[in-house]
Amino acid sequence: MTRAVEDVSFTLGDGETLGIVGESGSGKSTLALSLLRLLPPAARHVAGNVRFEGEDLMAKSAVEMRKIRGKRIAMILQDPMASLNPLFTVGDQVAEPLRVHEGTPRRRAWERARGLLGAVRIAAPDMRVRNYPHELSGGMRQRIVGAIAISCGPRLLIADEPTTSLDVTIQAQYLALLRDLQRAQHLAMIFITHNLGIVARMCDAVAVMYAGRIVESGPVREIFNAPRHPYTRALIESIPRLGESNGRLTAIEGQPPDPAALPEGCAFHPRCPVRLEKCATERPRDSVVGGGGHRTACWLHG
Amino acid sequence: MNGSRAATLTLAWRLASFRRENLPWFPIVVLCTLAFLAIFADVIAPHDPQVGLLGERFRPPAWQQGGSTAHLLGTDHVGRDVLSRLIFGARVSMVVGFTAVIFAGVVGTMLGILAGYLGGWVDQVIMRVTDAWLALPALTFAIFLAAIVGPSEMNIVIILGLVYWTRYARVVRGEVLSLKERDYVRLAIVAGCSKRTIMRRHILPNVVNSAIVLATLMLGVVIVTEAALSFLGVGVPPPKPAWGLMLADGKKGLMAGYWWLTVLPGVCIMLMVLSANLLGDWLRVKLDPQLRQL
Repeated sequence: MTRAVEDVSFTLGDGETLGIVGESGSGKSTLALSLLRLLPPAARHVAGNVRFEGEDLMAKSAVEMRKIRGKRIAMILQDPMASLNPLFTVGDQVAEPLRVHEGTPRRRAWERARGLLGAVRIAAPDMRVRNYPHELSGGMRQRIVGAIAISCGPRLLIADEPTTSLDVTIQAQYLALLRDLQRAQHLAMIFITHNLGIVARMCDAVAVMYAGRIVESGPVREIFNAPRHPYTRALIESIPRLGESNGRLTAIEGQPPDPAALPEGCAFHPRCPVRLEKCATERPRDSVVGGGGHRTACWLHG
Repeated sequence: MNGSRAATLTLAWRLASFRRENLPWFPIVVLCTLAFLAIFADVIAPHDPQVGLLGERFRPPAWQQGGSTAHLLGTDHVGRDVLSRLIFGARVSMVVGFTAVIFAGVVGTMLGILAGYLGGWVDQVIMRVTDAWLALPALTFAIFLAAIVGPSEMNIVIILGLVYWTRYARVVRGEVLSLKERDYVRLAIVAGCSKRTIMRRHILPNVVNSAIVLATLMLGVVIVTEAALSFLGVGVPPPKPAWGLMLADGKKGLMAGYWWLTVLPGVCIMLMVLSANLLGDWLRVKLDPQLRQL
């Protein structure tokens, strides 16, 4: 059995933002989908629980889960170009969760859709509700996806690399928008990304994932100022900096491991510049290393 | 309930927004004429289509030597007026053709969506039945069914529907398999839509275009099959005029030079099938918001 995500634990308070960073294939998206109980058919949830507002999501029935998705926990997917149905107008699609979850009549749902488009700062919402997705730009479409996500007033928003397919200026606008929406509605947010710059700007706390586990987690300030795990350090060092150019970008040597054949001990040890002897044989335990619940799983600090 | 009403409303709105100058006049005129003839056949047809005068057999059309204005398009082997039979035949062909295509289309599309979207054992059952169905030669299967239930127009529609739904199921299922991996379907799942809502709102509207195009192609197949069944005596019961039946009857006279008995019903079938195809192609473009002209 391949374990895509294992031994992961975190808590998130009202109005807080948790950033989950990691390379492709480190289990970020799988983690997000398992929170919503939407793992692909081939994947299985083996153990653990998810508590949301005091309720155990793993114990819910399929129907109860459906009422939670989109209403109390919403999600934004990566690709705004593909996230909208090409056959329906924007208004129809923004109104859909309202009609599904609250049974709002069509006309009223459309009214709300107009308001929501305004809330995600789309110019001329009265006109735009009648547009089809192909008539809008990528940035606008992504904002529409945002409007769909917040339409039922969720308590938790999971954003899975929401800006990867947008260009940098649009990215900045979109992030600012998400921040404002979060403040206005006091949303908790899980922000999945591989961009540390975004984490630094958006998040209160970070969890760094490697090979399906959280290797380091804690408040953003702590992690950026005093990263403990060699993987986190390497990630932060590989951010290109202005003015410090020596002509080459820093990279982490080697490849991320195949989840079907994880190395013994610490999964990072083959790439780790400061590995100890026992890193290859024993798996490091999670331990507290700093203020605000800064934890890491590394023998250097264990 | 609400969702499907919304879907039809948007459809109606789209149909209303078509610009007049872009209408495909040829198929509209042909189909409207045929529909008009079919509806008012009793008033328009100059003669009784089922009763012939043996003395008037094999009269050629009016413009040929030996023709008369009493029988504009000539008479057949028992002296029945060809024009009148064509007019009444339009009724049979339109009713049988369209209802059979729609019946097969609705059944096939629904089963195709269920199989494609739900997957698992539902998919297995539906697709294995489809495979078995497709393995039978359509015509033989239709004859077999017709022999059991007996010939009548109603039965023909049911038989053709039962024989041809598998084509739709196959095509639609394939389409659904690709559609259900699209991000907007995943977004709908994440937004908490039920499977029913997703199939109705996100899958169905996206496969309707293919189903319409397939239906226009199937119309030709259905009309020809109906003709074959009529020819074999298990289709529309004989004194009733059906184009396929006329075509089959006239074949015998073709070598003797009685061309109008086969060519004229053939032209009618061709016009109807061609119009349906053109209309379907136009609809396909018009129903796709990305291809629609702004």
